[in-house]
Amino acid sequence: MAARKDGDAVALERRVLDRLMPMNLLVRPSGHITHAGPTLSRLFPEEELVGRRFLEVFEMGRQHHGICTFSDLRALREARLQLRLRAFPDLRLKGVMVALDGAECTLINLSFGLSIIKAVRRFGLSNDDFAPTDLVIEMLYLVEANTAVMEEFRGLSARLQQARSRAEEQALRDPLTGLHNRRAMDAVLADLVARGKRFGLMHLDLDHFKAVNDTLGHAAGDHVLQVTAGILRSETRKGDTVARVGGDEFVLIFEDLVDPEKLSAIAERIVARLGEPIDYAGQLCRISGSIGFTTSCFYDRPDLDRMLSDVDLALYESKGRGRARATMVTRELLETAAPPGRMRPPRQGRSGAPGPEA
Amino acid sequence: MHGLINRALQCFMRDTYGEAVWEEVASHAGLGLRDFEAMICYPDELTFRALDSACTLLNKPRDVLLEDLGTYLVSHENLEPVRRILRFGGDSFHEFLHSLDELPDRVRLAVPDLRLPQIEVREHSPGALTLRCFGACPGFGHVLVGILQAMADDYGTLALLEHKGAGNGEEVVSALLLDADFARGRSFSLTPDRL
Repeated sequence: MAARKDGDAVALERRVLDRLMPMNLLVRPSGHITHAGPTLSRLFPEEELVGRRFLEVFEMGRQHHGICTFSDLRALREARLQLRLRAFPDLRLKGVMVALDGAECTLINLSFGLSIIKAVRRFGLSNDDFAPTDLVIEMLYLVEANTAVMEEFRGLSARLQQARSRAEEQALRDPLTGLHNRRAMDAVLADLVARGKRFGLMHLDLDHFKAVNDTLGHAAGDHVLQVTAGILRSETRKGDTVARVGGDEFVLIFEDLVDPEKLSAIAERIVARLGEPIDYAGQLCRISGSIGFTTSCFYDRPDLDRMLSDVDLALYESKGRGRARATMVTRELLETAAPPGRMRPPRQGRSGAPGPEA
Repeated sequence: MHGLINRALQCFMRDTYGEAVWEEVASHAGLGLRDFEAMICYPDELTFRALDSACTLLNKPRDVLLEDLGTYLVSHENLEPVRRILRFGGDSFHEFLHSLDELPDRVRLAVPDLRLPQIEVREHSPGALTLRCFGACPGFGHVLVGILQAMADDYGTLALLEHKGAGNGEEVVSALLLDADFARGRSFSLTPDRL
């Protein structure tokens, strides 16, 4: 069959149609298919498409409401089509219909649209089944290449995530304040003991911090912690260790500094500075600091667990006496303050007691 | 050099000579890492140091190692995606060769920062082709010979491939097609099984 454009000697031979549009159909006004392109024919190896009715093979998509017969469709003369194959309802096809001038047949050209991957797989389609100008091969290539690349990225993300959590576990810094964390503190203390070094140990807890957090919000709380970190840094020497070991708890370690008076002076300065109101976005945050401290020289052999629980006790002594103060660990303190069973008095201190003679 | 290239080198060493050999190469070359990531770019010198160390430790000339790498890229089962992506180039080995001049663009569609050397394909007489490679990847011509040899096998084509030399930032490879239907070749369908 040939469609001849009036006047022009342009003939649409089937050979030309099939080469340019391997999924073309020619349909008679009665709705019967009179020619099917080679790729469409491949979908129905068992039965001949020619001779069947178009609407028997294809179902019009929902967007074509009101089109019940092929004559309805043909009357449009030109239309974009959304179709389903009745034999394969999961394949959605798209296409275009054009009435041919001077010929009674209607030309329909189809494509697989987004069903392309399913279709290629199901019907084993190859390069030859598509027009050379069709970008379908490039699209399949892209889908495949992108899948491979995405896979690589997924793997990379998973490995980075893993590395990140490992790094976080091993991190020695508190991200908010930049101070050391508890892990770092443990390492520094263990190292000091292993090297037989003398050191001062201080435990600071902020007073009224929770109130700031509750009334002014977490951002204000974070700001207070950062200001506190700045104060602690400026009141200590470069080689000292300042660690944030809990929400509003800090531990300070002073290598080679065991003079109780000097430690006491540092603690007093810290307490004084923490007593100054901290401005946060025009609002004043009022906190203070309570401190307990000790030195390794108070003990025969420094036992870290005990030193930490002793400074803890001194800290609570500071809290108990009204906050905003520093308390040094002494034998008296341990004996009076320790709840029975919680603390054992230190064995042999340097002078037979924990704490200086004074 | 793009991580994919470094990763290819690592996988080639690992799959061909074993994990231990790769680790030895990595430490001999002082890479400071055990695994290349495919999607991260590394300084070029790392690639060349790894390559030099591999040649030294395996006692193989660089050309031979690079050609083996090319063959590995296409024929090893772990790298099926590479073979498939290359097979999209054409229905026959002949067509595939002519698709090589658009290979860098094709690759960039999928991995925008992966820059492969530009390849210029000329067919002097039917079945006799010259491929000129331009780019800052010295030795790429040898990798290409390995890739082409493996692709010829994949298509079932008998072909003679030869590195003709390098100079002026250019490498020349010749391809002589002897028999397009020499063997059955491996099958290729447009969609992979896993999609």
